[in-house]
Amino acid sequence: MTVQTLPEFPVKKGEPAYKVWIFEPGWKGEIPLNFNLRQLAEQKRPVLLPGHRLCAGCTAPLVVKLASFALRGPTIFVNATGCLEVASTIFPYTSWAAPWIHVAFENAAAVAGGVESAIKALKKTGRLPYDHVDVIVFAGDGGTFDIGFQALSGMAERGHDVLYILYDNEAYMNTGIQRSGGTPQFASTTTSPAGEVIPGKTQAKKPIADIMVAHRIPYVATATPAHWMDFMKKVRRGLEVNGPAFIHALSDCNRGWRHETDISVEIMRRAVDTCYFPLWEWTPEQGYMLTDRSLAIARNPALKQPIEKYIEVQGRFRHLLKPENKELLKQFQEYVDKVWEDLLRRASNAPK
Amino acid sequence: MEKTVFKPKIPIEKQVLTTANGDEAVAYAVKQSYVDVVAAYPITPQTIIVEKYSEFVNDGLVHTEFIPVESEHSAMSACVGAAAAGARAFTATSSQGLALMVEIVYIASALRLPIVMAVVNRALSAPINIHNDHSDAYLMRDSGWIQLFVENVQETYDTTIQAFKIAEDPRVQLPVAVNLDGFFLSHTLENFYMLPDDTVYEFLGGPRKLVNVKVDYFSEEVPLVLNPARPLTFGSLDLYDYYFEHKVQQVEAMKNVPPVVREINEEWYKLTGRRYGDGVVDAYGVEDADIVIVAMGSGAGTIRSVVKKLREKGEKIGLLKIRMFRPFPYSDIAEILSGAKIVAVMDKAIGPGSFGALYEDIAVSLYDLDERPLLLDYIYGLGGRDLPPSLVYRMIEEVKKDLESKSVERKIRYLGVRE
Ligand SMILES: Cc1ncc(C[n+]2csc(CCOP(=O)(O)OP(=O)(O)O)c2C)c(N)n1
Ligand code: SF4
Repeated sequence: MTVQTLPEFPVKKGEPAYKVWIFEPGWKGEIPLNFNLRQLAEQKRPVLLPGHRLCAGCTAPLVVKLASFALRGPTIFVNATGCLEVASTIFPYTSWAAPWIHVAFENAAAVAGGVESAIKALKKTGRLPYDHVDVIVFAGDGGTFDIGFQALSGMAERGHDVLYILYDNEAYMNTGIQRSGGTPQFASTTTSPAGEVIPGKTQAKKPIADIMVAHRIPYVATATPAHWMDFMKKVRRGLEVNGPAFIHALSDCNRGWRHETDISVEIMRRAVDTCYFPLWEWTPEQGYMLTDRSLAIARNPALKQPIEKYIEVQGRFRHLLKPENKELLKQFQEYVDKVWEDLLRRASNAPK
Repeated sequence: MEKTVFKPKIPIEKQVLTTANGDEAVAYAVKQSYVDVVAAYPITPQTIIVEKYSEFVNDGLVHTEFIPVESEHSAMSACVGAAAAGARAFTATSSQGLALMVEIVYIASALRLPIVMAVVNRALSAPINIHNDHSDAYLMRDSGWIQLFVENVQETYDTTIQAFKIAEDPRVQLPVAVNLDGFFLSHTLENFYMLPDDTVYEFLGGPRKLVNVKVDYFSEEVPLVLNPARPLTFGSLDLYDYYFEHKVQQVEAMKNVPPVVREINEEWYKLTGRRYGDGVVDAYGVEDADIVIVAMGSGAGTIRSVVKKLREKGEKIGLLKIRMFRPFPYSDIAEILSGAKIVAVMDKAIGPGSFGALYEDIAVSLYDLDERPLLLDYIYGLGGRDLPPSLVYRMIEEVKKDLESKSVERKIRYLGVRE
């Protein structure tokens, strides 16, 4: 491997933050991916700068920052409408130290397809001053599972070289916590409240990552910002494949999930420990592969926690812990187990 | 002596006479315009444009990245992404397709992206109908796009090329919709003259050039594009403290459009020997006319032939063809129509509960005149209903009677409808 030099990433005192992310034309190097927290903190600047207005304890900015640590060079970001977009770019301010575009709620994948095609055309005619420019989409669950799904599916089918990162906070948070196709069964939201008769959302969560696998694109993965190294590796792999890549990142929203702001990362961890949100990646060559903590659980099933561990810390599931809802809790556990066992059957690296 | 005869730079002998329908003419114009990205979704009567263009792409005749999107909404979205990334982008649609993409149509102009779109005009559902009227164009009337209407295949070809230059002019930086009537133009074969490829390339000044902007946090001006070397944020959230100002800026940009359209019309004339009025409006026999008919699109051709015959008989009648519908040339029209006694506006779309959009604009243009002509709104051609010359004659007879009686009883009239 050739020795790669970092562009001047360490922050210099008094220098405007955006400077760190400037890729001058002709820049050909690659930023190595460091797997050492200290190095990360010292040498890398996230593309999302301080001063954004996302809630305290929100993990959406973690998703973005960790992803940006895994960049490999000049990158253009596309954002769907949602919390991340409105909170990071209130005019005349912006938190983005990289080229960034938001167009509308449901079309981030199509916009990214256009950006990527433009890059190709500019390159073909000798007008792109770089060897390559990566394109990354950030979109919420509403903009991905529901209204944005058509554009996403179209982008995947046409094979645009775009990394689509879904930060899934399991509801329409920006408009005030309404249920989406990504909201889990029984969760209480403002349009699926836990009422006297109907206990929260009645339908199950749409298996979006599996649906993307069914598109047979080069790379699909699930991730959480709590498993940061796993996440960064996946982002880098998603960038490196030739064609569309999809990462489903669970992203805590303390406003919607109803808990204190200091346990967001802990909740992400519990999502994986209970197998509510297993970590895996999929490629056409290797199929499903468990990663990180989920691989450990597969090897040692004693590590698997009951689903209560995940829901007991969240107000949106509070009603499930009432004695009269025991049956619902059991249903939830059965659902999680079924999905997990199904994954174990499919994962090529799960002990058989 | 004939020594002052005007000779265009590319005289007609050097242009290629071909036969094509309007849709194909658009495709040829786009092919010659060095377009980087074309994204489109099929809808009648627009389909031929992208079918033809796909042939160019797959035969390796263009460098264009063609994105066969899954909907019109994505077609416009992809064009927005491509244009923001610095590409010259084009799409085409009609009717329901335009209705589906209209959310992003507004965003394209507000982000100041010089996209060009051929709108092959077709009626809006329901009832579903594939034929021509202008209801789709009226639907995007307030979207901040420049809207040009063409009359025949030659004008379609010429205007599509001009559209790129208008859109990308540093004074403008706005998207342009070239409106051609579905079937009447899109599917009708006509002879037209095509320019050599390099002439078009030169006319457009090569590939798209970016404009620079001054941004607070960079010390120098930076190109207005998604640029890893000088990162910018496109499409941020704008609250009540800035939104209003930004909208006003869009209006201000629109003010630069008429002079640019006129300039480019003149430049085209010097290059090819063809021009369309002053580029904005095309008045025929209006100077001394008592009766003026106002129309847009292919219907203007039919009306002109009738008006011509009547003028030969000595009747004081004229035609005012509106070529640029947005921004609307209010003061030009006031000037042109100030001498008329009666004006019949022809609207090829209907607004239930109001007048036709063109009528309203003409009424606004005339309001400040000391002596206002009588004004009539003729709705015609809905859903592709034909406008034969006989119908135009009949309309003119009616208008003459109104002029004689100096009063207008029914302001809105339907031309050629069974009652
Ligand atoms: C066409 C359209 N419909 C509705 C909205 C209103 N809207 C804006 S953001 C949003 C919810 C976003 O939810 P999600 O994608 O889950 O992202 P989050 O806010 O949760 O991060 C909605 C419904 C919109 N902007 N556009
Ligand atoms: S509402 Fe939720 S998703 Fe939105 S910024 Fe706050 S914590 Fe994050």
